[in-house]
Amino acid sequence: MSVGERDPHTGHAMTGHEWNGIKELNTPVPKPVWFFLTATVLFSVVYWVLMPAWPLGVTYTKGLLGIDQRTRVAGDLEKAAMKRATWTGKIEDMDLSTIQADAPLMQIVREAGPALFGDNCAVCHGTDARGGKGYPNLTDTAWLWGGDPETVAETIRVGINASHDETRVSQMPALGRDQILDRNAVLNVVSYVQSLSDSALATGGQADAVAAGKEVFADNCAACHGEDGRGSIDMGAPNLTDGFWIYGGDRQSVFSTVWGGRQGTMPAWESRLTLVDRKILTLYLLDLGSVRQ
Amino acid sequence: MFGFHYRLERRTIGFVLAVMVVSSIGGFVEIAPLFTIDETVEDAPDMRMYTPLELAGRNIYIREGCYACHSQMIRTLRDEVERYGPYSLAVESKYDHPMLWGSKRTGPDLARIGGKYSDAWQVAHLMDPRAVVPVSVMPAYTWLGRTALRIDDLGLHLTAMRRVGVPYSDDMIANASADAYGQATPDGDRAAGVVERYGDATHVRSFDGDPSRVTEMDAIVAYLQILGQLTDAAGKQEAVTTGNGQ
Repeated sequence: MSVGERDPHTGHAMTGHEWNGIKELNTPVPKPVWFFLTATVLFSVVYWVLMPAWPLGVTYTKGLLGIDQRTRVAGDLEKAAMKRATWTGKIEDMDLSTIQADAPLMQIVREAGPALFGDNCAVCHGTDARGGKGYPNLTDTAWLWGGDPETVAETIRVGINASHDETRVSQMPALGRDQILDRNAVLNVVSYVQSLSDSALATGGQADAVAAGKEVFADNCAACHGEDGRGSIDMGAPNLTDGFWIYGGDRQSVFSTVWGGRQGTMPAWESRLTLVDRKILTLYLLDLGSVRQ
Repeated sequence: MFGFHYRLERRTIGFVLAVMVVSSIGGFVEIAPLFTIDETVEDAPDMRMYTPLELAGRNIYIREGCYACHSQMIRTLRDEVERYGPYSLAVESKYDHPMLWGSKRTGPDLARIGGKYSDAWQVAHLMDPRAVVPVSVMPAYTWLGRTALRIDDLGLHLTAMRRVGVPYSDDMIANASADAYGQATPDGDRAAGVVERYGDATHVRSFDGDPSRVTEMDAIVAYLQILGQLTDAAGKQEAVTTGNGQ
């Protein structure tokens, strides 16, 4: 048997191999396989010509279409910005209070707000902006640094105890841990602080503690929280009389706050969000608050 | 053509050589782009290195498999740039050995997470993700908060990084353990050395809120807070190309 031999049934050539009388056909590769192989090779040649492909020492072939991911994404961003320009321009230029009176713009704020808030703020303040332990509720009437639009926008810009140069700074000292007050004084002042929002305490079984705590408060706390405990928006000192609590108003929570202090941090958003984004967030928050009251 | 292949198949040595030639073409195509790496990777003269504490945090990030659900690469796509910030540049991973770009996002991309949230939030979130994000599917990593960080071998980690091209100095390697301690103990006497060796922009604070001990939580939070903050090369690029990140 030889290589040139052909199979009488199919007409295919033989390989010339034989095992116990069984011979092997040399069947040609099927035509569709050749077709697709050729087609993909041709495609790759066309692709090399049109798209960035081959390295050439210090540069690379740029391709006839001149496609570059970075210019493309820049173009996409610009196109998106142009589409929004009709309203971003207005929001950028107009006063916050003027926008609040402009119904169509506020409609846009209500649509864009949730996405921006969800992406940047919701992890701390909650998707419904009602906050959590350590993170203020943004829908109530209590504002640490003031609730007018300009002030809220400024807080978003610089943050609180953040790394921004102009950040708002507010530190509640650890009166117990740092041994400014002894344990008894802390317990008394906790009673007094609780009595500010719960007047029943002042006359009940804790009346003595409340009275003693009042003096401790005047000496140690009033400088920031005020003689009457109503706080100060200049220092971000919370109002202690209004029944809103950031770290909880139960005895244990208030004790922890007085004993160990609080230095809550809100990041500054100036470098991460544009002016328009920050204005939308401000308006969105104030809108949330007004809708819910 | 078929005749040539047919004859080649019947010559063992010749056929082996031909297989080697053909498969090396594939290898060459993969390697060739590296020849131009100096031209294609951007310059970032302001690039900072990971401090020992951040490097320890990075090792914990790898150990806990964070990369399986979080990527660290913002692609050149509009929706990613609008959500996460400027797209990632190659130079930003210059000192990442191995890189942690990842390809799966069960959670969000973390390439620019540094500074986005407070330390206290990061700690609360790692201890119990659902306490702060009710819909989260991330596991809790409670042991990070109670496990003391091993800092005695950090000099060796720095040495290993230096072998693969990160320019740690002898001084940095010799003081690695002290610097890891100092970075998480802002009131201690070792804190000054960290800033001196790694620059003014280094975060020196108690990341887990307890300055009395250095835990794995300190390390991982220190690492998370530096992500995307080692250089602002990407920020500059973005300003030139778009001017509007909204």
